[in-house]
Amino acid sequence: MLDRANLLTSKQMASFVTDGFLRFDALVPDELNQAAMRELDGGLRGAPYGTPFSKLYPSPSVMGQILRSPAIQGIISSLVGPDPLFDHHAVHTRAANETQSQHLHGDAVIDTRMHFDIQLMYYPHDIPLEMGGTVLVPGSHFRRINESDIGRYQNMRGQIAMVCKAGTILALHHGIWHCGRRNQTDRIRYMYKIRLNPTVRQLKLWNTDDLHDPEIGQILSQRQPWYEWATGRLEIMNRSKMWRFLTGDESYDTDYWLKRVENTPEHVLASAE
Amino acid sequence: MSKLRQQVLVLYLADSALDSGVVGWSLYDGTGGTAPITGDDNTPPYPTGLDALKDGWRVFQFPQLIPPYPGLEYSTSFLKHEFIFERLGEINA
Repeated sequence: MLDRANLLTSKQMASFVTDGFLRFDALVPDELNQAAMRELDGGLRGAPYGTPFSKLYPSPSVMGQILRSPAIQGIISSLVGPDPLFDHHAVHTRAANETQSQHLHGDAVIDTRMHFDIQLMYYPHDIPLEMGGTVLVPGSHFRRINESDIGRYQNMRGQIAMVCKAGTILALHHGIWHCGRRNQTDRIRYMYKIRLNPTVRQLKLWNTDDLHDPEIGQILSQRQPWYEWATGRLEIMNRSKMWRFLTGDESYDTDYWLKRVENTPEHVLASAE
Repeated sequence: MSKLRQQVLVLYLADSALDSGVVGWSLYDGTGGTAPITGDDNTPPYPTGLDALKDGWRVFQFPQLIPPYPGLEYSTSFLKHEFIFERLGEINA
């Protein structure tokens, strides 16, 4: 049984709704990072789409050990439930001394669900800036685009290049815009990725002790630097819709954006009849 | 043969006015003098679209203002305010 202390907090969930990702720096200890590098180099055992996560990477497996650690199990359980389905995994490498980056894209295909998959990205070694790092566009996960149709966007205000220590984990909403930034070192860059599908309704799966913390509203109303003025307001509405979905509170709103346009009274005054 | 080549600058602005702030940008350099690529620059080349004009870029495409499709008024997708500029640069060869 997973200790509640390992589950995400409501404030972390609000950050996930706002940014489309959560970052956990140096979460995996170094001895496991080094063992993982050897395992990733040797090739990972695959599994069919839809395999229960609990059946993935049977022992002995370093990646199995990492993913089933209480901290990472807590992240997974909070976002997609305790035993999601394995979608696919990949070991992404970027060659040394590259001259090109990957184009910006969203993974898979256009996906309009409120239910969401997560992708975990794991960086088993240090990633300095000259090694590139994955580029993320915070708050891009609600945008309805299909994969690499956004490839012409080279730079966005507020974009993040993942510069991190070994053992860092990213938990991403399936819709987040990202790409592999070029690696200008003489070493290959590694990143392990796994996609997981929920099998339960994503309703209050995390530690909800702080569900009514006033800071949550502030987190959900933060603008991203790249948002256009008008469309940025729609993104605040998107977050409120997702927060309603996650908490079951159909009355939730941030700054009255949803309630204003939902207000369509039908009560007819007697004087009008 | 001319030594002039087209350079194309795409600025994504915060609203439909050319003098609004830059929120995203891309550059394609036909002279081969630079090779900008994805995620390489955290600072916009100009604060606004108008500043690009002042620096000699010529705007050749304004984004059309298209009403949202019925039913999609609240959904978000591509960046809406995409202004495309050009200037001619000389190749070194």
